[in-house]
Amino acid sequence: MNDALVIAGKSYQSRLLVGTGKYKDFTQTRAAIDASGAEIVTVAIRRTNIGQNANEPSLLDYLPPSEFTYLPNTAGCYSADDAVRTLRLARELLDDHRLVKLEVLGDPNTLYPNVTETIAAAKTLVKEGFEVMVYTSDDPIIAKQLEDIGCVAVMPLASLIGSGMGILNPWNLQIIIESAKIPVLVDAGVGCASDAAIAMELGCAGVLMNTAIAAARDPVLMASAMKKAVEAGRESFLAGRMAKKLYSASPSSPTTGMIG
Amino acid sequence: MKSGMQIFVNGKATPLPAEAMSVLALVEHMQLTGKRIAIERNGDIVPRSQFAEVQLQADDKLEIVGAVGGG
Repeated sequence: MNDALVIAGKSYQSRLLVGTGKYKDFTQTRAAIDASGAEIVTVAIRRTNIGQNANEPSLLDYLPPSEFTYLPNTAGCYSADDAVRTLRLARELLDDHRLVKLEVLGDPNTLYPNVTETIAAAKTLVKEGFEVMVYTSDDPIIAKQLEDIGCVAVMPLASLIGSGMGILNPWNLQIIIESAKIPVLVDAGVGCASDAAIAMELGCAGVLMNTAIAAARDPVLMASAMKKAVEAGRESFLAGRMAKKLYSASPSSPTTGMIG
Repeated sequence: MKSGMQIFVNGKATPLPAEAMSVLALVEHMQLTGKRIAIERNGDIVPRSQFAEVQLQADDKLEIVGAVGGG
């Protein structure tokens, strides 16, 4: 079955996107990402350590950009200006790379997104030719506005970043999915494999996660579980679930041919 | 040693060893040659292709960044 995820005109076989933070070391990062089957991996842009060991290994040595689609993010940015500057640097860093994840935070305790700054940044970035996958709240009106601005994917939270609380408002997600013409991915809040499956069963085009894998007791095993959950959830969505009934007078075994 | 000018690199006041210095010379001075980095100077990107041409000025504010793990 060819069921590719298409983002900004490019096809991906995996609907699981993963972050590269919070792992024990680069070896574990690589092993977990391999187990997840992810093709798109997020990276952060940070100041280079000046005067440190020049031969220190870098993330790029373990995850060569030739093997993965990088999704540079704006994690930690609290203003549209900082987010735009960060992604301009990312574009230069990654040889005119345009696919980016925009997130502008509003509060350091909850990491809740600041949607007004997000919208301002999205407008600038789209104008400059970036392909913007945008992290946002699960507000259907904001999601629609971000789509209208020209973002290539909208990524509402399931619950707060790093919380692992799962999908707190499936109804809002459903409204966003039903009205969107661009891919809707759940980003943030997934805690375990069933959360990812539920997101996909709601009709999400994909799921982006980091902590759920990196903070599991066995990150590599959890990455494998997430791969299967996203695939299972997608197939379940495509297959179309049976109708829910409080009870059924239609058993699965024949009602005729009984003995006696 | 005759002190050169001072610039700011990643928020830190940094004296330069020479009066005139290009971005490329700074990259070499900081042993970042061959590293995958991107540089912003006073709010604007300095494309890698222009490292040799762009001359640093006193009090320039440089951001030198790379990619790290993140979600």
